[in-house]
Amino acid sequence: MSHRVIVPIGPYHPLQEEPEFFQLYVEGEKVVDIDIVIGYNHRGIEKLAEAKHFDQVAFLVERICGICSSSHPYAYVLAVEDILGGEARVVPERALYIRTIIDELQRLHSHLLWLGLAGHFIGYNTVWMWAWKYREPVLDCFEMVTGNRNSYAMFKVGGVRRDLEEEDIPMLKKAMDELLPAVDMFRGAVMDDPVIRSRLKNIGILTKEQAIDWCVVGPTARASGVNIDVRRDEPYGVFNRLSWNVILQKEGDVFAKTVARILELYESISIIRQCLDKIPNGEIDADIKDVPAGEGIGRVEAPRGECFHYVKTDGSNRPVRHKIRAPSFMNVASNKVGAVGGTISDAAITLAAVDPCYCCTERLAVIDKPTDKKVMNGWDLIRLSQEKTNQLKEELKDTLK
Amino acid sequence: MNFKLKALTKSLWVFHVSNGSCNNCDIEILDCITPRFDIERFGMQLVGSVRHADVLLIAGAMNRKAVPRMKKIYQQAPKPCLVVACGICACSQHMFRDSYNVTEPLDKILPVDVYIPGCPPKPEAIIAGIVKAIKKVRKAK
Amino acid sequence: MNIRDSIRERLGDKIKDWKETSSRRIYLSVDCADIREIVGFFFTELEMRFATASGVDTPRGLEILYHFSFDRTGEIYTLRVLLKDKKHPEIDSITPLFKGAEWIEREMWELLGINFKGHPNLKRLLLAEDWPEGEYPLRRQNEP
Repeated sequence: MSHRVIVPIGPYHPLQEEPEFFQLYVEGEKVVDIDIVIGYNHRGIEKLAEAKHFDQVAFLVERICGICSSSHPYAYVLAVEDILGGEARVVPERALYIRTIIDELQRLHSHLLWLGLAGHFIGYNTVWMWAWKYREPVLDCFEMVTGNRNSYAMFKVGGVRRDLEEEDIPMLKKAMDELLPAVDMFRGAVMDDPVIRSRLKNIGILTKEQAIDWCVVGPTARASGVNIDVRRDEPYGVFNRLSWNVILQKEGDVFAKTVARILELYESISIIRQCLDKIPNGEIDADIKDVPAGEGIGRVEAPRGECFHYVKTDGSNRPVRHKIRAPSFMNVASNKVGAVGGTISDAAITLAAVDPCYCCTERLAVIDKPTDKKVMNGWDLIRLSQEKTNQLKEELKDTLK
Repeated sequence: MNFKLKALTKSLWVFHVSNGSCNNCDIEILDCITPRFDIERFGMQLVGSVRHADVLLIAGAMNRKAVPRMKKIYQQAPKPCLVVACGICACSQHMFRDSYNVTEPLDKILPVDVYIPGCPPKPEAIIAGIVKAIKKVRKAK
Repeated sequence: MNIRDSIRERLGDKIKDWKETSSRRIYLSVDCADIREIVGFFFTELEMRFATASGVDTPRGLEILYHFSFDRTGEIYTLRVLLKDKKHPEIDSITPLFKGAEWIEREMWELLGINFKGHPNLKRLLLAEDWPEGEYPLRRQNEP
């Protein structure tokens, strides 16, 4: 007799910072279906953007998501600059380098944040504390360059708002030098640990065909072997002048997603260093006054994937329509196949592995199918996940000796 | 003085709620637990259930879908319970106040004790806000 | 054969208008009735990736743009359809072709009121349960 249990994750859970509601239908230990209810963060930003002028919209879209706080304004200004002829034609050189540096610093802080949360979900609280500890110097870099740890207000149509001071550059280089051994440590701690490897391997698998069918983007897609990266496919900033690699994995499981993000940290550090060496002097703002009628599309590779903005203008100083599609909109929906088929103890980490940013997308109930009753909550799920890791540690203890 | 209130201020258990927020405030609140700020050395910790909460730390503009749940959470919290509005969205809804999906500011729905403005407020500001809340409670005796 | 020639050859006069605003932005106007066939061609044969779809309320009708990314060259091909009947706008759903379209069609249904025929799960995505029926936030109610 099947006995489906409801485990709600959300809408309010302290460590899944954003509210969303995952209803997992389980039979015994296995997840057989999932219902995703979002909308707890829907603030009507697309409609609000129609009432603001172009400069104000940049501030508005920055607050779509706090973690990929620079991706949304960057994609938005690229969309408007698309109407004006393209970023490369409109924006001065120095501003392109500054934009690239901010974009990559953001990737660093976002991946470290995710690493910490993933560590907590599987019971490695030390990984959580260390990842977030090493995230602090990155936030200090932001504060030094832009004035704020999290909402930078750096992007404007035609350039950037603040310049990189000469004295900032050695400090940024030093921060990157100090981050590199930390990333080496995480790589060793996560990729070489046999417990983590057996804990995360072969769970939450998204095959390449499924990844294409669900149109997923970012590390979630690259971990399944889908070779897409906006920085290479349609370069913006100065990505096409620097040397860096697109990180691809094949297996599509949670371990592959973790490895993809850790290896991307190395690439980001290398990109920032190259930018700091090559950045030229010059203007940072093209001082755009008018935007002609037209429509433009801008996209950037946010830490979670392709962030897509479409702007339609009519010659006035406000957009007629602003369509925002954040990467998590595509990735979170794919949990329908990624999480189904796994066990409850793996559910927490599988759902977290797509690096959901629900506020970008507009937020765990385990439901017992026959009785249709809720039995567990998100806190229980995380506890189950941590218990499974402890069990694995016990089993592998003898082989590790 | 009220024994319950005195006990409350010794070691606060904080329940964090996020409603229609961009998540910046939530990350800064979680940052408070990390080694650089480490509020756990003061006995403050984030709890997983509202029934254990002494402080409700609320972030985000009040989104239409979330308001009924917000009210339910407040009812479930054991009284006395301090309500702290963290971030400018919770204080006054910020740039979202004209949106079709956002209702009234938080303090029209629940009684707010402390406002921590900022977008997002730095962890130092959040800690300062909670300390103000503690002082307010102690002065009220 | 390069991709633009493939599209022109395969679709012929199904393309009502071909506009290129830049080397990587191509906008094609097509009929609502042909949408499933053309999207199927883009997704399955040309192996383009569906980025998103956006709906706009214009004086002439409800316009839907389907944005497809051709990652090999970084170009975006956008299909434009116009639904002239604003009282009962409807079009074939493309979700049966690939699952990645499910959520965006639900969003356009609840924010603009467009009915997607054949959608497997057309229910509320973002708005609250008590949001009034018939009120579509992204429609321009009071403008001429």
